[in-house]
Amino acid sequence: MSAKTPGLDNRFPFKLSIEPREQIPRWLPAATSFGAVVLALIIGAVILALAGGDPLAAYAQIARSSFGGIDVFSDTLVKATPLILVGLACTLAFRMRLWNIGAEGQFFMGAWGASAVVLLPLISVDTSRWVAIPLMILAGMAAGALWGFIPGFLKARYSVNEIISTLMLNYIAIAWNDFFIFGVWSEGGFQQSAAFPKSAWLPRLTDYARQVRGFSGLTLHLGLLFALIAAVVVWLILNRSRWGYEIRLIGDNKRAAEYAGVPIKRQIVLVMMLSGALAGLAGMSEISGVVHRLQGQISPGYGFTGIIVAWLAKLNPFAVILVAILFGALILAGREIQPSGIPKLIQGIVLMCLIASDFLLRYRVRLRKL
Amino acid sequence: MDLIIVLQAGVASGTVLLFATIGEIFSERAGVLNLGVEGMMLFGAMSAYAVAVASGNPWLAILVAMLAAGLLSQLHAFIVITLQSDQVVSGLALTFVGTGLSLVLGEGLSKAGAGALVPKASIPLLDAIPLLGPIFFANQSVLVYLGYLLVPLTWYYIYRTRAGMNLRAIGEYPAAADSVGINIYRLRYFYVFVGGMLAGLAGATISLAISPGWFSELTTGGQGWIAVGLVIFAQWNPLRAMFGAYAFGALRRLILDVQGPKLLFGLANPFFFNPYLGFFLQMLPYAFTIAILVLGSREAARKRLGAPAALGTPYVRGERGL
Repeated sequence: MSAKTPGLDNRFPFKLSIEPREQIPRWLPAATSFGAVVLALIIGAVILALAGGDPLAAYAQIARSSFGGIDVFSDTLVKATPLILVGLACTLAFRMRLWNIGAEGQFFMGAWGASAVVLLPLISVDTSRWVAIPLMILAGMAAGALWGFIPGFLKARYSVNEIISTLMLNYIAIAWNDFFIFGVWSEGGFQQSAAFPKSAWLPRLTDYARQVRGFSGLTLHLGLLFALIAAVVVWLILNRSRWGYEIRLIGDNKRAAEYAGVPIKRQIVLVMMLSGALAGLAGMSEISGVVHRLQGQISPGYGFTGIIVAWLAKLNPFAVILVAILFGALILAGREIQPSGIPKLIQGIVLMCLIASDFLLRYRVRLRKL
Repeated sequence: MDLIIVLQAGVASGTVLLFATIGEIFSERAGVLNLGVEGMMLFGAMSAYAVAVASGNPWLAILVAMLAAGLLSQLHAFIVITLQSDQVVSGLALTFVGTGLSLVLGEGLSKAGAGALVPKASIPLLDAIPLLGPIFFANQSVLVYLGYLLVPLTWYYIYRTRAGMNLRAIGEYPAAADSVGINIYRLRYFYVFVGGMLAGLAGATISLAISPGWFSELTTGGQGWIAVGLVIFAQWNPLRAMFGAYAFGALRRLILDVQGPKLLFGLANPFFFNPYLGFFLQMLPYAFTIAILVLGSREAARKRLGAPAALGTPYVRGERGL
């Protein structure tokens, strides 16, 4: 059967045949993801050149300032840590075709929840790290989960479109955060809270420089371990549990899931909450591992980059880790690139190429000489 | 705080939402969900301001903004109509691309000096009507009047013309429309383009009339997303879109005005004495968007109204289904 697709007429000396695929080869999704990134980098270079920049120099600088040595690579991993967690948050929800675009807001709420433990304060200054950190994790994940519960409940109960509600909740979370950093927790009128006591800091490699000489100056923190564990957990849930089976069934064929008696509404709420909790954990890890205080500029759009990470990883939790490192590099190096919108633009083009390349997964395109 | 001024300014800033919402109504009526409104608006706002600064001609600036955003929308059209990819993800990607492009091309534009603005005008006679006159017809931007014209024209086009019937058909039951010789693909491209042009117009309305200038991402501040929400509230009907857009515009203005006076309704104004409470006011438009979606969905369930049936699904000729 040969179905022709409109817009791709054959007016060349070649015959373009487009046939629906019966089966997707195992290597193809990874290949299209890779191809999309390469294509996006080429398009980005052209735009950069048109805007008067030097694309090769810019890319070389990105590579150097993110993978050029053990110290900068440690910084790249620090940026990748929240991206892995929000990427997993999106992976989980997207696998059910639940569009959680609110990871950014859930990230902010997670950061707020973790900060509340220290700043309300729920613990005293001399609380042991062994108590403080678990409490902050719990509070951060709970706040993120609450921010996921709201759109989940509204969708399950009132069929409110979750794309809009999660996006609106992003703005609300940021305003909520601002209320605290400008007002309640403001330190001396600055738009930030007081610094956390050391017991609320996640351990960093550089803290052990006395024991291991090479760790000196490395800011990599324990959050990365959380992220790696979370990747395993999400993989286990999706691929090895009944719950994950139901999630995938709803994502692939909602009607079949309904007939099979899957409690779809409950799954919507639960998946949204877990997704929010993962993004909340990202916020906690960033606050406790990097920033050490609550402030406004804690995210260069991690929540949105997480969407691209999840999609580029084809919703595979382990691939999320690799892709997140790549985007961590882009964000890290992006701070030095002018004009400042370039990293955002490249991210957008990557997603655009990627979604366009989905065509190749569904259709087999061949060029034959007439 | 003068209620007339709040409403007058509300109609003005609601015009932005009105253009964007009507644009999205065209696109969704044709069966194509375009979540790129925010990105297209930003691109329109940036292009308009850049051209206005360079040429000094606001009309040329509006034209360029509409074409620029319209062209941008064709990326989405190609991906979801020809390549039949997922409309949600492609729309998000369009927002990212539009935002990134605007930031890159608009670099330095915020310090570029003043651009030419769209003039304001009053309508003689109509502006003398008590209450309504000063709100709707006095000292408003010309673009606001364009909004008044656009609503009934759009309504008439969608519900009372043959082309409008075709538009509804390709969004409800494209296979049937195809069988009577309507070119689904071409029309969908066209209406996505129309949606893009109106989003560009909405962006230009911000940067040339309502809050002139270029303030990078803050220029639109999520209004594109609110417009996507308003489409659902409006049940894809331009008349309802008008009410929603103006109400939201008034709300935005009210938030600014409520923080000004020391006394509010004869009581001490908490927003005056604790400016930090203003952050809760800032949440209101977003919270209201969620609230109207809850209300809208209950009403839709009662009246059995819904989205165009084919919204979000690509049309593949010869395949079963919608």
